[in-house]
This record gives sequence, structure tokens and C-alpha cells, in this order.
Amino acid sequence: MEMAKANTIRLMSEKMDELLQHWIELHLTNLSLRKDMIGNENLYRQSKDFIEAFVQAADGADLEDINRVEWTSVRKILAEISTNRSRQGYSPSETASYVFTLKEALFRLLQKEYGLQPDILIQETLTISKILDKLGLYTFETYSKAREEVIYRQQQEMLELSTPVIRLWDGILALPLIGTLDSGRTQVVMENLLRGILSTNSDVAILDISGVPTVDTLVAQHIIKTVSAARLMGAECIISGIRPEIAQTIVQLGVDLSMVKTRATLAGALKLALDMRKLTIVQIGKA
Amino acid sequence: MERIPIIKMGPFLLVTIQVDMHDRLVMALQEDLTELVSATGARGVLIDISSLDMVDSYIGRMLGGIASITSLMNAYTVVVGMQPAVAITMVELGISLQGVMTALNVEKGMDLLRATLMISPDQDHGIDREE
Repeated sequence: MEMAKANTIRLMSEKMDELLQHWIELHLTNLSLRKDMIGNENLYRQSKDFIEAFVQAADGADLEDINRVEWTSVRKILAEISTNRSRQGYSPSETASYVFTLKEALFRLLQKEYGLQPDILIQETLTISKILDKLGLYTFETYSKAREEVIYRQQQEMLELSTPVIRLWDGILALPLIGTLDSGRTQVVMENLLRGILSTNSDVAILDISGVPTVDTLVAQHIIKTVSAARLMGAECIISGIRPEIAQTIVQLGVDLSMVKTRATLAGALKLALDMRKLTIVQIGKA
Repeated sequence: MERIPIIKMGPFLLVTIQVDMHDRLVMALQEDLTELVSATGARGVLIDISSLDMVDSYIGRMLGGIASITSLMNAYTVVVGMQPAVAITMVELGISLQGVMTALNVEKGMDLLRATLMISPDQDHGIDREE
């Protein structure tokens, strides 16, 4: 074991340039379509850093556990590479191939060196393969973690974007709903609306569902819940934007919306809201 | 025992809940309130829960109960100032306080009571004089 370790590491630092060149060549053939996305020079520098860190870490620590302190710098470089690639839209295999092509390059080097000594060759191969597989898996993990972060951020942004509370008039709020309503979104919508009611002191709120593609029993239930919560706070809700097909579905589903004020259009709802607040719009002179 | 004060304001009774409600306190409130409604002939009761940030199903039900009892005694109950979090909890618990009037704040609640009872602001003390 000690022997094997020393052999490989020595070889790696001695033949660094050869290894590096070979590795990058292999890697670039794998990335044939992406040459434009990553600068050759950049890749060269990154890879050189990686091998140097690898040699340094492997020299001081055992090759079994990449979670040890000695491997910190290696892990950091890998994490940086995979996070960047995940953001730039590389595929998972393209990212993972970074480490795996190093394996290939190293094997060729070993073969050239120990081709006549099968015992050493096998042992070296095994050790190197083990550690590089672990690093490969680590790359993959960081890659998907970065991806998840991107997805999570987008989800949050969508939630924020999709629920604006608009003040239409003194004491009249509107909440245009766009897109499918699920329980998560309804919760956000409900909270935003109730907070809006409180902060603007409004007693009428219009929920416009023109942008909601389908209304099923669950969505209807969510709407009823929102209306009841607003009512508990002392505000009246009007549901507007009920398209003909949605009106038909609601009735066919047997959903009872009779205790909720509904209007076909936002204009109708605004008119009702103004009536409720004893306000009126008058025309001044000829248009 | 701790009690929630009830303030008489013209024809209305105002209850401001500023402590954490526990079951015995709500029971006591219900008793005091019904007695006072009967004694003063109040036509409206305002329960301000704006500083309450937690309710359970029992308290939710009791609020509905108070409203039903006062309506038997010819007085309207308005629950005012419910916090968003409380409203969401109530809905999730399935308590929608059907038949109870609600308002955003005491002022709006009072306007609502006046409109319902058709009392103009300057007539606020009319009921007292009648008695």
C-alpha cells in the first residue's frame, strides 16, 4: 500500500506536464461540443491546480477517506468546477467526466511505466481507481446540489412574482392569480392577501382567476378557504374572471360557491366593490 | 380570578382582549358579557382580538357561541381586528364563524354596527335615554 501510493504520486509529479496534456486532450474530446464554453487556458490552469493539490493531499494523507482535512483543497477545486459547470448548463456526465478522464490519462501513464510489472500495475490501478471514483462521486454530488439550488431559487422567484397584491382604490385590493394553484401557492397567496388587507386597511378584496387554467375541487376549496379567512378579518372577497368553461366545471363538480360573491370580469367585480363602498364612477362631459 | 374588562360605549359594549386566552377566561367573559348585555340593553358587542396571536378550536367556538347568545338577547356581535395568522388557523380548524359579523378594526366595527342598527353617530346615547 505505502509502496503503491509513493509510486503513483511520484509518477504524477514527475510526469505532470505529460499527464496534464493527455488529460486535457481526453477531456476536450468528451466535451467536443462545448469548446466554446470553457477557455482552454482556463481549463489548463484549473487542471494543473487540481493535480498539484491532489499530489500534495495524497502525499500527506491516506487515500481511503477524501473527507479528511488534507483533501480540503482538492474538494474545494472540484466543488468550484462542478458548481460552475452546473450553472453554465453542462450535463451531469460532462461534469463527471472531468475526473473520470483523469483516471484514463493516469492509467495510460501507469501502463507505460509499469507495463512489464503486472503486480505493481494492478495495485496502482486499484488504488488510483478507488480514490478517483470517490472524487468523481463527490463532483457529481456538488453538481446536483448546485442544480437544486438553482431550481429552489427559481421556485421562490416564481412564488414571489406570481402573487402581487394591487391596491385598486381606497379600501379595494385586487389579487390577479396566474397559473396553476396548488396548496403551496395558495398558502402564499392567502398570506399575502391577508397581510395586504391588514396593511392597507381594505375591506374589499378582488381575487381574479382569469389566469388560472383549470379549477378543480381542490382549487375551489383553496379559494373558499382564502375567502373565509379574509372574511374572518373583516374583509369581503369577490371572485372575478370566471370564464364560461370554468363556471361549467364548477357546477359540474358540485362545488358550492353560493356564499362567495362572484363576477365574470374584473370590471364587474370593481363595479361591485365600488358599490359596496358606496362609491361611483361618473363621466364628466363627453368623451 | 383574572377577568377581561368590558367597557360600555353608548349602546355598545367593547371588549378588548389583551391577554392570552385560556378556557376559563373565555367562560368568564361569556358570563360577564351576557349579564351586562341584559343589564344595559346593549344592542351591539365589539370583541377586539387584534392583540391575540393564537387561538385554539375551543376559543374559536366560544367566540361563535358568544355571538349566538347575544343575538338571542337582541344584540349583534362583531369580532374585530383578527390577525392574518389567526384567520388562517381558524379556517384550517374549520371554524368560519358563520353568522358572526367581522371588521378590520374597532372603528369600522362600530360603523358596521351603526349601519346595521341604523343609528346615526349623534344618536349614540339614544338608547340610554329611552330606558
